[in-house]
Amino acid sequence: MRANTWRSPSPMPGFGLSFGIMLAVLSIVVLLPIGALLGRGIAIGPADLWDMVNSRRVWAALGLSFRSALVASIFNLVFGLILAWVLVRYRFWGRRFIDAAVDLPFALPTAVAGIALTALYAPNGVFGQALAQLGIQVAYTELGIWMALIFIGLPFVVRTVQPVIEELESELEEASATLGAARIYTLRRVILPTLTPALLTGFALAMARSVGEYGSVIFIAGNIPNLTEIAPLLIVIRLEEYNYDAAAAIGIAMLLISFAMLLAINIIQIWSRRRIGLV
Amino acid sequence: MLSIIEFGKDVQAPGTVMKRPCHGQVKIEGEVLRSFGKPVTASGASVPLANPVIRALSSGGLRSGLVAIFTALGLSAGAASPARAQDSVEILNVSYDPTRELYREYNDLFNDWWTAQGNPAVSVNQSHGGSGGQARAVIDGLDATVVTLALSADIDAISERTGKIPADWQSRLEHNSSPYTSTIVFLVREGNPKGLSDWGDLVKDGVQVITPNPKTSGGARWNFLAAWAWALEEYDGDEDKARDYVTALFRNVPVLDSGARGSTTTFTQRGIGDVLLAWENEAFLALQEQGEDAFDIVVPSVSVLAEPPVTLVDGNITSDAQRVAAQAYLEYLYSPEAQALAVKHFYRAWDTSAAAPEDIARFPDLKRLTIADFGGWAKVQPAFFGDGGLFDQIYEE
Repeated sequence: MRANTWRSPSPMPGFGLSFGIMLAVLSIVVLLPIGALLGRGIAIGPADLWDMVNSRRVWAALGLSFRSALVASIFNLVFGLILAWVLVRYRFWGRRFIDAAVDLPFALPTAVAGIALTALYAPNGVFGQALAQLGIQVAYTELGIWMALIFIGLPFVVRTVQPVIEELESELEEASATLGAARIYTLRRVILPTLTPALLTGFALAMARSVGEYGSVIFIAGNIPNLTEIAPLLIVIRLEEYNYDAAAAIGIAMLLISFAMLLAINIIQIWSRRRIGLV
Repeated sequence: MLSIIEFGKDVQAPGTVMKRPCHGQVKIEGEVLRSFGKPVTASGASVPLANPVIRALSSGGLRSGLVAIFTALGLSAGAASPARAQDSVEILNVSYDPTRELYREYNDLFNDWWTAQGNPAVSVNQSHGGSGGQARAVIDGLDATVVTLALSADIDAISERTGKIPADWQSRLEHNSSPYTSTIVFLVREGNPKGLSDWGDLVKDGVQVITPNPKTSGGARWNFLAAWAWALEEYDGDEDKARDYVTALFRNVPVLDSGARGSTTTFTQRGIGDVLLAWENEAFLALQEQGEDAFDIVVPSVSVLAEPPVTLVDGNITSDAQRVAAQAYLEYLYSPEAQALAVKHFYRAWDTSAAAPEDIARFPDLKRLTIADFGGWAKVQPAFFGDGGLFDQIYEE
């Protein structure tokens, strides 16, 4: 037992084996590539890294990537919650079909999604023509990037919130109602606090996915420097220039910003779990 | 050590022996070529130095000589080692965006000719993409047998970074190793509603110009250089004014795709923009695919002579048979039949003897500057398209 004081005892055997597999796979799949990126960054040195990132164009690209990811994820947070709620709480014709369709963005190659969205929203496309009459241009603007990111991020929120809504006991809502709470009060004080941790997880996943999205966005974004050029595209451009250091620098900047964001989301999550007494 | 190798019955070539790879064959280096073959005599001492004969070369010029030699080489290799002849040879041709249709047809043409010489069929795999990205893929280990890219700068990059291609690769084949050339023209909507006739019209208010990103596309670099050349001429060599012109030009660009084909799609399918700066072959292809009544081609007063080069990636060759086939694959691009095919696919070719007259008549004369007029890629690449270069400065303001 002495050798194992760093873990709490468990009745199930096989800790050594499973822990070993976990560590090996995690290292190969996740830690090595990220380690290689960071190693490259250390080799370049922080001063040069900062120089390569600190230009108007890189900031514009990073700003665009994180801003559109944030906008798309907030949209998905609201719409995903409504979608999940409808799928769990109501029975209607075609429910299973819609339920299955939610996963499509996972399955579709992102380039296909990008091309399809571009064809629809281009000024000569079906939606694009209608929107153009209202003076709205979607394809080749930031709005187009939002559309693509909303598309690819939607399943994350739905699929994380759905099981939690299924677990919600409607007795709680009924109790709240019999105690005289208004509907909006029940929603705000009973339902939402229970869903918050799952919502935050879905939001974080969608956000992380959107920030790094490349395949669908390059088709619908105009790719104009400072305006519609996303950070992953800038990394590719740096690679095309054989400037591997600058590409790594932008990659590291994205990694650090994402890490800070996920950390913040996790802290909020822990705080909200404490608040509803789950931890 | 000297040796004479014999290709079939009629053709012999003398040269210094460089290697003796296998099957009794030797690799020799002669005055005009390096090659493999079975030596006529076993080794150097008894070879008559005074009488080097390459009969085929003396009669028909370098190209037909080489073709004859490789033809004969194919025959003799087939005869000498029947076991090896059965091995299928694979070639990976890593090319750039707009050559898809050309090489699809050329691969069949080449194989017909190649097997007619008694060689086993070569299976040619194609890879297409933006020229720069393709070069990077080869640098990162893509197993290209031959590269047929948009810019010599991209092949230079492979040569410099991997050493798989000798530095003097561009002198290995005729015409700077460029079997076909092209130029940059304007593709406009039917009837040219905005009345665009030359580079100066592209910076007018309300004109939308579609071009790929010069950072990622070889064709876009030529677009940029052609615009620059016009501006220098227009403003009597005033670089500040030329800079203002290209800045204004790119202010009118609403979408920067990463490759030439992407831009063509944006212009033709998505209906974006008033003018597409395109490879001449890409513009003709769009006319062919979309119908003549959808677009017009406008030829500007000044453009560029783009020479998309081809070469063997020596470092990726795995067998003699593959080298011979790959070399023949590139050489045959210069044959009248292949040149006619290039013309058919809207490239400008050197040898139009076998091309259809109506195909040739499509190409208008225009003033075309070569990369040498701009000082060569080694100077142009960093100054115009490198990090912090002229193109970056356009978007810094």
